[in-house]
Parts: sequence; C-alpha cells; structure tokens
Amino acid sequence: MSRIGVFVCWCGSNIASTVDVEKVREEAAKIPGVVSALDYKYMCSDPGQNSLRNVIKEKNLTGVVLAACSPHMHENTFRKAAVKEGLNPYFVEIANIREQVSWVHEDKERATAKAVDLMKMMVEKVKRDKPIEDVRVPLNKKALVIGGGISGIQAALDIANGGVEVVLVEKEPSIGGRMIQLDETFPTLDCSSCIMTPKMVEVNQHPNIKLYTYSEIEDVSGYIGNFKVKIKKKARSVVEKDCTGCGECWNACPMHKNVKSEFNLNLSERTAIYVPFPQAVPLVPVLDRSVCLHFKKGGKCQKCLDVCGPKCIDFGLQDEIIEETVGAIVAATGYDLMETSMYGEYGYGKYKDVVSGLQFERLLSASGPTEGVIKRPSDGKTPQTIVFVQCVGSRDPEKGVPYCSKVCCMYTAKHAKLFAHKVHGSQSYVFYIDIRSTSKGYEEFVRGTMEQDGAVYLRGRVSKIYEDNGKLIVKGADTLSGNQVEIAADMVVLATGVIPKKGSDKLAQMLGISYDKYGFLTESHPKLRPAESSTAGIFLAGMAQGPRDIPESVVSGSAAASKILGLFSKSEYEVEGTISSVNEATCVACFYCQRVCAYNAISRKEIKDRNGNVVKVVANVNPGLCTGCGACVNACFSKSIDVKGFMDDQIYAEIKSLAV
Amino acid sequence: MEDMNAEKEKQKEGTAATNAGSQSDPRLIAFVCNWCTYNGADLAGTSRMKYSDNVRVIKLPCTGRIDPLFIVEAFKKGAKGVLVSGCHPGDCHYTSGNYHSRRKYATFRDLLGYLGVDLNRVEFSWISASEGNKWVAVINEFTDKIKSLPDKTTDIFTKK
Repeated sequence: MSRIGVFVCWCGSNIASTVDVEKVREEAAKIPGVVSALDYKYMCSDPGQNSLRNVIKEKNLTGVVLAACSPHMHENTFRKAAVKEGLNPYFVEIANIREQVSWVHEDKERATAKAVDLMKMMVEKVKRDKPIEDVRVPLNKKALVIGGGISGIQAALDIANGGVEVVLVEKEPSIGGRMIQLDETFPTLDCSSCIMTPKMVEVNQHPNIKLYTYSEIEDVSGYIGNFKVKIKKKARSVVEKDCTGCGECWNACPMHKNVKSEFNLNLSERTAIYVPFPQAVPLVPVLDRSVCLHFKKGGKCQKCLDVCGPKCIDFGLQDEIIEETVGAIVAATGYDLMETSMYGEYGYGKYKDVVSGLQFERLLSASGPTEGVIKRPSDGKTPQTIVFVQCVGSRDPEKGVPYCSKVCCMYTAKHAKLFAHKVHGSQSYVFYIDIRSTSKGYEEFVRGTMEQDGAVYLRGRVSKIYEDNGKLIVKGADTLSGNQVEIAADMVVLATGVIPKKGSDKLAQMLGISYDKYGFLTESHPKLRPAESSTAGIFLAGMAQGPRDIPESVVSGSAAASKILGLFSKSEYEVEGTISSVNEATCVACFYCQRVCAYNAISRKEIKDRNGNVVKVVANVNPGLCTGCGACVNACFSKSIDVKGFMDDQIYAEIKSLAV
Repeated sequence: MEDMNAEKEKQKEGTAATNAGSQSDPRLIAFVCNWCTYNGADLAGTSRMKYSDNVRVIKLPCTGRIDPLFIVEAFKKGAKGVLVSGCHPGDCHYTSGNYHSRRKYATFRDLLGYLGVDLNRVEFSWISASEGNKWVAVINEFTDKIKSLPDKTTDIFTKK
C-alpha cells in the first residue's frame, strides 16, 4: 500500500497568487494512498525541506510529490532531502505548478484546477515508481583534446599539468591555430608568436601530452569514461622521430612557385615539402602529395631526399589509424572567416589590394610574406591610405550572419594603430556600425587609435569600391554628419565575420553533440554549464562555441580542463539510473530495440543452462551506454523492455488521472 | 481495487459538476520531451507569457519514447486534442529519437484517419528550449482549432 506525501509550495506569492494552494492540498488529501498533505510558503527553504524530511520519517512515506516549481529547478534539492531520510531519490516527483501553471495562467479557479490535475498525475506516477539505483561507470583517466589552437593548447596544458595524460589532435601540420597567424594582440600589443610559441613548445615537450599533428578524428564511439577514438594520422612522408627540421628539403624543392601558402592566406608561395611557418611545432615538414613532382611525375624527382641528412623522407608512408581510449574529450575546433563573395561591391577577389583582416595580420607580421613591412599585394608599394570596413558579413542577416563576430572592432582598431606606427604620416579610415569594446582596457585602446594615432572613424556603410588610376575609390556614407564620402585609398581591409571551422558539424555528429544553426557547438547550458556539451564527458572550448577573443578562449580552455580534472578526481562516474531494462522472461530476441538504439547500448546475451548449452538469447542493456531515451521501449513488440522512471504503466496511469 | 473504485467515484463527482472536458472547454494532452519542449514551456513561464489553460503536459524523456498507444489512450480518456512536441530535427538530445517519433507519427496519423478520427485533433510540432513564444503560439492555436471542430470526431475511442 502506497504511503504518499504531497507538499504544495506557495513560492511566496509566485504560486499562491494564482493557484489556491489550500485547495490543491485539500484535493491531495482526498486521493487514496495519500497519507499526508501539507502546504508551505517556500518548500525549497531549509524549514521547508526539514518539514519534508520530518513527514517522510514520521509517516514512513513510500513516495513524495511536490507541487512546486519546475523539476529542472529543484528536483535535485528535494531528492537529496529525501535520500537523507532513506527514501530512494526516484520516489520524488514534481508537479510543475509554477512555470506551467501560476506564471502562465490568470484565472485562479481554472489555474487551481490545472494544478490539482498535475498534482494528481504525479501522485499516480509516484505510486508506480520503482527504486532506481544509479549506475557507476569506471573512468579511463586520459583526455582527448581536438584542436591545437590557443584554447586547445590551454586545455591540454592544464590537464597535463594536473597529472593526467592528454592526447592532442591537430588537423594542420603544426599546432598554433589562428592565434599564431596574428601579429600583435589587442589591447596590450604583445606579439602573438612571442606569447604563443613557448606554449606550443611546452605542449610538444610535456611528458603527459601525446601530440598528433596532420591528423584527424576518424571515429568516436563509447561513452563518458570510456570513449574509443580512431585518429587518422595522415601520411606526412617524413619520419617525425628522425627529422631534425634543418630545412634542407624545402630549400631543395623545385616546386617553389605556384603553390599558395595556406598559412599566409594565399599572400605567398610555399614549396611542396614545407613547414607552414618557421616556428612550427613540431618542426617537421609535410610533403603535399597533391603538388609534389615525385607523385605527379612517376617518382623521378627526389631532390628533397637527396639532400636529407638523416634520410627521413619516406615517399611510401601510408595513412595510419591510431586507436586511443579516453575518459573525456575537449572539442576546440576553432573558426574560419566568412566568404565575402556575396559582397561583390567590395571587390574582394577582384582587386588584389582589398584584403581580409587576417590577411592584413600576415602583412603586419614579421614572419609574414613581407617580413612585417606593410606592402600592398598588387605592386608591393607601401600604402599611405587604408580604409577599414567593419562588419563585413557580421550583423547582416540579409547576406551574412546576424550575430556580432566580437573581435573585429578591436582588431580593426589594432590594425589602424599598427599601420600608424609602421607608416609614419599615413592615414586610416574606419567605417563602422557600432564600436564594441567591452573588456578590460579595450575602450581606452580604441580611443587611443582615434585620438593618438589619428584614425578617422566614420559611422556608416560602404556602398562601393572600385579601382581608378591605381587607387581604390571607396564610396560610403558618414551617417553622423549626413554626408556621402569618397576616399581614394591604397588598400582596403575588410573585417570579415567569423564562422565555425569547416567540418566541425561533421565532427559534432561523430561526437554526438549538438550545434546551433550557424554550426557553433552548443553548451549544455548557455550560462550555467558553458564548458560542457550536452553529452556527458564531452567539453567545449574556444571559438568553436562562438565568437570570442583570446583571453576568453584561454579561460574556456582552462574551464574545460578543470571540469575534466574534477571528473577524474573520482574513481568512478555516477550515471543516472533512469535507463532501460529487459524482461528476460518475455524477450523474444527480435532485436528491434537494437536497431533503434542510437547509442549501441543493446547487445545479445546468451542464457546458458548448467551444462553450458545456450537455452535462450535475449537483449541486454549496457548501463554505461544507455541514456534512457526510451526509443527501444516503443520498438519492442513483446513489451519486454521498459525505461526506468518512465515506465509504460506510469504513463498510462498519468493519462488515466487526466480522464474527463 | 478499492482504491481504483474510489477514484472512479471521485472522478465522476468532479466532472459532473463542471463543464471541463467538453467541446467548449476541451481537455488537451501534450506529450513533450524533457529537453526541448518541456524547457520551452518552462521558458514561457519564466517569461510570464500567458496562454490557454486547457493543456495538460505529460513529460517523457524524448519524443522517441512516445508510444502511439499513449495518444489512443489519451483520446479514450476524453482528450479532445493531443499534441506531440519535441526537439527540432537534428537537435534531439538523444541524437535520433525525434526522427523515430516523426516516422511513427506519419504512419500512425494515417491509421487514425482510417479509424475516422479528425486529424485536426492530433498535432505534431518541434519546439526548442528557447522557443517559449512558439510554445505559447502552438498551444493557443491548437486550443482554438480544437474548440472550432464538430464534437463527434473522437467517438471511435469513447463509445461505450
């Protein structure tokens, strides 16, 4: 016989002003099986919880229903209170009479009737609750970090320094990501490679970090504590352990023209065997087989091998699949820049001297194609006038994306400042919509660009850019003075918006984590769980989640790392016990459940007699993999599988309680 | 058994006195998933949006858990309309549960039509955790629609 306690919360006046809580309590008391019904101002407060505990103890309750706020608010609070009195936590059910009744309805009588219905429903559910034990899953204390940009590097270093092994996988030949492409960084103007390379070297030398560059994630299976990861190490054609990074091979390569450098964003050429940039980590070249003469002309050219001292170039190397088992994963896949082809009026791609912000970084960089001297791509002359156009693609729902890319205001101010520092007597113009400079020292930085460095800021958009007599004529509006402006510039820099890294959606699907309509990876909760994905054991960091600057990327890398170190500080991970279970007596081994299971949680189980003969085959649920979604329950023809906490008889009882 | 009989008595008393459940004041049952639509409905609450109070929400882990027989059972118990709502395609917390649900629903709808149920009485929608406004709109529109229908179309389930 059930002994149910019903507790109706007033939530101050939040519930009590719209719902007649006393009526709800009175109705509760009439339900067979309900032995105690109370109402209280704040059930979640300490006195509220104490009264709950007292009643559980005194009346020896077998189940508790709280008519209160959403279960997503305080279910755990009340479960914990119940556990203290020895009640199974899953014997606590919540009737949501705040978010779904008192806050959304106005007619008190009707709201009360609805609250009574929801309360009755939960009483019927709790009567049929079965005790559920949480599942404990062992943890492989090793982490995988996907992406070797600043946030991935930060995560890897923090985890490794916490004493945990890390596998870092980077798609490009070197780690460093976008940050290593930058010249100096706002707002302090410290050089990016000066602060980045020590971290990159530390990653390479750290005893707890295993680094795979020029590698991609091929497959991920498993679950928190036990992910099986397949990493494809692409054929580098260079044996990493023997290479000294001396550079003889790329100096000897005859393919030194016509291949554009990806790292320099097509502003320079590279050889077929190459390192993307001089400070690459690891300093081991990659042979690009799609352009190498050895592969294109039937093996004749091997000039690189001829000059290689340690003879570490191996044209026969194949892609290699490496398997790792890890307990947690950080996805730090980074970002790309938007295509600007839809802004034909800006002439990007048509005029050589219209460049993107990231290309301008390379022109500023001492390790860039012009060795830090600003030269325009068309004729190599130093520009005297540059027009910067902000929000190219960002904040443009029509042609681009509606969101703000966050970093462009600041890097444009930085570009204008560095231009003024490097080319004395030069002039820059910035077309902007709004200036967003909200972090520490940012506003002062932008002010400095305007006031000390003389950049002219024009609030308005550019309508057209065209070439005339060696100059780029920029036509635009200055909305503050109400004038049309026309500027003859030597160069134009477009602050293109950021978008998720190409292929990050595929990776997300492989990992089983969600992403938003733009392709940015979504957090488990945008405010309260910003480092976690919706899948247990998978964490997020950096621009993969959305536009953010370097300090924020570092913070998010550290946040993911601290979550993983926290997870690994326990010997086992506890999984909610609301998972499927099979009735082996009735299961007919059709395995329709297996077909619908998205988690590979269902396997064959053979039941043997004492002589070892198989007498029956049934479905079996792996508690570490099952997430309790319940898809299998509906697939089962013989009603032999049910999901704990949402059993068939409970749902039918709920529906029945709503009969009219 | 005593429990159940007593319950039945109570329910009869309750319904005799009011108009609840009639065509003019229809009972709607919404089967929603825990992750998207339930949160969307909660968001409507935290945003203090107002909507029709005819709906009763039954929370399930995922729309993939929703057995078509739940919908039949809801009609049998006097519901005048049934709503199924979960995460948008591609956003299922459980990867593919909403696809199973959608496929099942498409077939089941045909069957309901064959049985003579007015298909206006079953509705399927995707409402994410951030779409409190969509929840409000769906509930209001569905309630209005049900109120406008002729009152005979669920007889197949309620005939004694």
